[in-house]
Amino acid sequence: MTRDEDSATYPRISQSQAHEQPELVRLEAIDKVFASGTRALAQLDLVLRCGEFVSLLGPSGCGKSTVLRLIAGLVQPTRGRILFTQRLQAGEIGFVFQEPTLMPWATVAANVALPLRLRGVDRGRTEKAVAEALARVGLGSAARAYPHELSGGMKMRVSIARALVTRPSLLLMDEPFAALDEITRARLDEELTRLWQAHGWTVLFVTHSVFEAVYLSTRILVMSARPGRVVAEIPVDAPWPRDEDFRTSPTYTALCRTVSTALRRAMAA
Amino acid sequence: MNHKVIVEMSEGLGDRSPRAANAGSRAAHDAAVRVAAPLIIGLFLLAGWELLVRLREIPIYILPAPSQIATELVQSWSVLFPALLLTLEIAALALLLAVISGVGLALLCSLARWIELALMPYAVTLQVTPVVSVAPLILIYVDEPRTAVVLCAWIVAFFPILANTMLGLASTDRNLRDLFQLYGANRWQELWFLRLPAALPYFLGGLRIAGGLALIGAVVAEYVAGTAGVGTGLAFRVLEAQYRLNIPRMFAGLFLLALTGIAIYLVLSGLSRLLLRHWHESARVREN
Ligand SMILES: Nc1ncnc2c1ncn2[C@@H]1O[C@H](COP(=O)(O)OP(=O)(O)OP(=O)(O)O)[C@@H](O)[C@H]1O
Ligand SMILES: [Mg+2]
Repeated sequence: MTRDEDSATYPRISQSQAHEQPELVRLEAIDKVFASGTRALAQLDLVLRCGEFVSLLGPSGCGKSTVLRLIAGLVQPTRGRILFTQRLQAGEIGFVFQEPTLMPWATVAANVALPLRLRGVDRGRTEKAVAEALARVGLGSAARAYPHELSGGMKMRVSIARALVTRPSLLLMDEPFAALDEITRARLDEELTRLWQAHGWTVLFVTHSVFEAVYLSTRILVMSARPGRVVAEIPVDAPWPRDEDFRTSPTYTALCRTVSTALRRAMAA
Repeated sequence: MNHKVIVEMSEGLGDRSPRAANAGSRAAHDAAVRVAAPLIIGLFLLAGWELLVRLREIPIYILPAPSQIATELVQSWSVLFPALLLTLEIAALALLLAVISGVGLALLCSLARWIELALMPYAVTLQVTPVVSVAPLILIYVDEPRTAVVLCAWIVAFFPILANTMLGLASTDRNLRDLFQLYGANRWQELWFLRLPAALPYFLGGLRIAGGLALIGAVVAEYVAGTAGVGTGLAFRVLEAQYRLNIPRMFAGLFLLALTGIAIYLVLSGLSRLLLRHWHESARVREN
């Protein structure tokens, strides 16, 4: 919980600085073959540096979710190594699954409180942190609802609040905004970059939207079709904070075109 | 098909009143149909039965009319009601034991696969062997007749609870399990916060079946035990009435047994709905 105080002094990242940041995670020559025989990843290399916002793009089924699960330690690689430069405790990795993954028997507040409860954080602090996290995703008024009373997008935002409640240093997000309307999505994109800047998180963000990737990231990785590996890396050299003007700037348009081309090539290969 | 209420994000979760009122009147209508429809059918059947017995002048020891059964029920209430209470007590005790042993064993099996592999064949054997054929043996070896009857009822009630709870404990969502692993939950936390709640609907389904079976088990055991049994249970009273060719009392006893079975089912269904009302599809009011 001391991270919050640190955050004020955390250096703001611009693309030129990003390369100088220390590494947080390194995936080396990862192969993943599932028990079913599916070869999901082959010779995948990936480096995440502290404070980066990296987007992962690729065709459906190419192994993006698998990469996130590998980093979170939820699946083990068949071959290759995953190296962390610092030990991350439980709760220091926030994970937003592709599905909302909420406990249907628990209220929204109880769902968000889960990570803190599992760590034995006392009630008062839990309540405060939960209220804060829910407010961040605009669901302060839904705290006492049950998941089945929420729309798909609301459920997803609850899941995001749950990932944020422990103030993680590494945030793994698997298409978190895919179920949201354009306006809400843009708002949450903005909110996410704001929080990312303020807290110095490292984010690995899976998305299918080229535009979203360009808007959010310091770096974009494009994966090939299955078996997946990283086939293109596109740094996004644009200043922060990015606003609506950025979305209409020539830099933005050019970057979107570059990423689209890379993605099309990756899909064809 | 389930139709979920989708609440717009901007309006939050307040203002539900018009929808709620609508649902309320529909629910009342639903309840009225649910009660009235079977009642009308029942009245027709009873009237037909009464008419048949009277017109054909069927003797009472072959087929008593509903009115005669009702009269008998009132007259022998002081015999039948205590008997009913005793049978109910036995069934309830057996059900309680079945819950404790079934859930306990299911938890044990979920701890280690080898326990499950070692125990399941015997649980299944216990289940597939008809109680009627086991009951005489139990009555021989267990001296206390009441204990023997409870044991028989337990045998039939136990398995659905075990099987359903095991299924429930094994069907937690994979992503939720991952989530618990990610946040470093220990075994007990995972059991308490995840696996038990996830298993609850399955357990309650098993409980509903087991409730009826416990009554059947108790009745079967009383029948088999006959005069050597507890002696005053409802099934015994029915049997006794049969020996004495008191057919109206047999019917009255059977009527009470059926009523008891229904009551058990309703109580357990109500319990299930109460516990799951907030979240499980089975217990939710359907919207249009
Ligand atoms: N537990 C598993 N067992 C067997 N195969 C799996 C498992 N999980 C994933 N796969 C397979 O691995 C491949 C990659 O899956 P993954 O979920 O990582 O894809 P993805 O890139 O996230 O796709 P999408 O964009 O559609 O979410 C798929 O072909 C999938 O079928
Ligand atoms: Mg995926």
